Amino acid sequence: MAFVNWLKRNLVVIAGLLTLGYLLLPNVVVTVFSFNKPNGRFNYTWQRFSTDAWKDPCGVAGMCDSLALSLQIALWATLGATALGTMIAFALVRYRFRARGAVNSLIFLPMAMPEVVMAASLLTLFLNMGARLGFWTVLIAHIMFCLSFVVIAVKARVMSMDPRLEQAAQDLYAGPFQTFVRVTLPIAAPGIAAGALLAFALSFDDFIITNFNAGSTVTFPMFVWGSAQRGTPVQINVIGTAMFVVAVLFVLVSMAVGNRRKRRVA
Amino acid sequence: MKTTTNATGPGGDVRLAGISKTYGSFTAVHPLDLTVPQGSFFALLGASGCGKTTTLRMIAGLEEPSAGTVHLGDQDVTALPPYKRPVNTVFQSYALFPHLDIFENVAFGLRRRGVKSVKKQVEEMLDLVQLGEQARKKPHQLSGGQQQRVAVARALINHPKVLLLDEPLGALDLKLRRQMQLELKRIQTEVGITFVHVTHDQEEAMTMADTVAVMNGGRVEQLGAPADLYENPRTTFVANFLGTSNLIEAEVGARDGDDLVVKAAGDKLLLPAGRCSAPAGTGGKVLVGVRPEKIGIAHADEAGAVPEGRNRLTGTIAATSFIGVSTQYVVDCEACPGVEVYVQNIDRDPRLVPGADVVLHWNPAHTFGLDAAQDIDAGLAEEEAAR
Repeated sequence: MAFVNWLKRNLVVIAGLLTLGYLLLPNVVVTVFSFNKPNGRFNYTWQRFSTDAWKDPCGVAGMCDSLALSLQIALWATLGATALGTMIAFALVRYRFRARGAVNSLIFLPMAMPEVVMAASLLTLFLNMGARLGFWTVLIAHIMFCLSFVVIAVKARVMSMDPRLEQAAQDLYAGPFQTFVRVTLPIAAPGIAAGALLAFALSFDDFIITNFNAGSTVTFPMFVWGSAQRGTPVQINVIGTAMFVVAVLFVLVSMAVGNRRKRRVA
Repeated sequence: MKTTTNATGPGGDVRLAGISKTYGSFTAVHPLDLTVPQGSFFALLGASGCGKTTTLRMIAGLEEPSAGTVHLGDQDVTALPPYKRPVNTVFQSYALFPHLDIFENVAFGLRRRGVKSVKKQVEEMLDLVQLGEQARKKPHQLSGGQQQRVAVARALINHPKVLLLDEPLGALDLKLRRQMQLELKRIQTEVGITFVHVTHDQEEAMTMADTVAVMNGGRVEQLGAPADLYENPRTTFVANFLGTSNLIEAEVGARDGDDLVVKAAGDKLLLPAGRCSAPAGTGGKVLVGVRPEKIGIAHADEAGAVPEGRNRLTGTIAATSFIGVSTQYVVDCEACPGVEVYVQNIDRDPRLVPGADVVLHWNPAHTFGLDAAQDIDAGLAEEEAAR
């Protein structure tokens, strides 16, 4: 009976912990197996502890090149999609123009399209245009599919912005440029940052569209896919773990900064 | 419609000449001439949608007039963008910058004009509005009244020629609003800047402003000092929107010296000819108006005690409500059902209960006459909505 009561009281906590475990278990596996020393080419069964892969993360031919390429594409795609998406979001919220409603819906269409269909159609388009597949075709495709997500993130923020704030800035001697830099941009920044992070994550791990349109160029997801046919080097887990740690650090730092600011103000 | 146009010094007059604003086929503001003398506290009063805020925004430069000009002193500012006008605004719901602290909010205007050392000025201004301690807080950490004072400080620190206030007290509760009314009036007296204040609250306009312009349907209905507007309304809208008026339909009879003798149902009433804004030919229709607090009420048995020469109406009490300082009666008369009478509770007559026959009486000098061609109920619905 005591146990039943205890269970009743803590059910929410238990359910929460189980869900968290479900979410994080795959990451744990990735991390643990980055310290494995496999027999043979496949890193699927635990053999014994080793830090060999961590000491030589670029020890697999071509992997670090593909990683650098993926980071490069993700950065440019984020930049392009964020700049364009922010402008689109402002236009859609702030201005009344012909076919605004239609544009509003069309912007979200790429998200509804099955990715593999989009990938194949893009390839057809590029081939018909005579474009050479590679870095540029991948970048163009990434900016395209990241755009809708950036627009959503920024639009939500801009919609909640009081247009009177900008009028107040103008009333206080700020010209159009000053108003944008001092008031509009800082207030919209959280939405723009969220859109940019989303775009980076989407671009970095995209496989389907990239695989169709990359030609002979190899991005990191394509490298992992390719190597999985022949064997999985431990270094893949090292890279995965490192990315995870960077993301966690990023979140912790931003939380700490936010907390300190709150405490200082109070 | 102009107030005094005598030169009261350089700079701070606001002169609107033939200014109007249309949106497609809708006219928000009909061509309007208005002069706000320097240093005055001027209120634009009206219900929502009457054009008062549009007028204010045209002075600020946030709205482009469809026609007409805006002058500040001798300068024609019609074509200037808001950031080049020596005018600052306190916005409805304040529009404080949420990402900046109180200090930076107040310093914003100075910094944009390239002032280098802002610290002393900002601190002085925060002291003026009694917020020196809150300089490093963010706007959302302040109460509504404090935010309102930040908005005033942020505008005043720039020493504008004119301060525009767009319903600045609308979001505050009643008690705080009364307090801020006095506070704003104090600040205005202290700094001597011209204030143009937009409000739908007639009490607020009358307590604070030197001059009130009552707007309705994109036009100024009447303009003047609060007491003058209240005592001598010239339209039914002003009579009903500003306080309460009893309006009685009557027919003009003979002239008796300076007074007009008018007939309302069976009763004869006197109306000073100078207080009748309607064409008053014999046999013409007028609306006779009198404010509820000017009327005395006596039980029918005491009718003989009412002095000679006062306007009288007989009727029956329909309802009474006791509100402490006074009692409000609604009296049905033949000439006019539902006459409102406010009597101070000095000596209460216990016979004055619903159903009692009474005589209403007032000094003829307190009677005003309006054009009967107007809607007798104009301004009533708007006043309800504004409350």
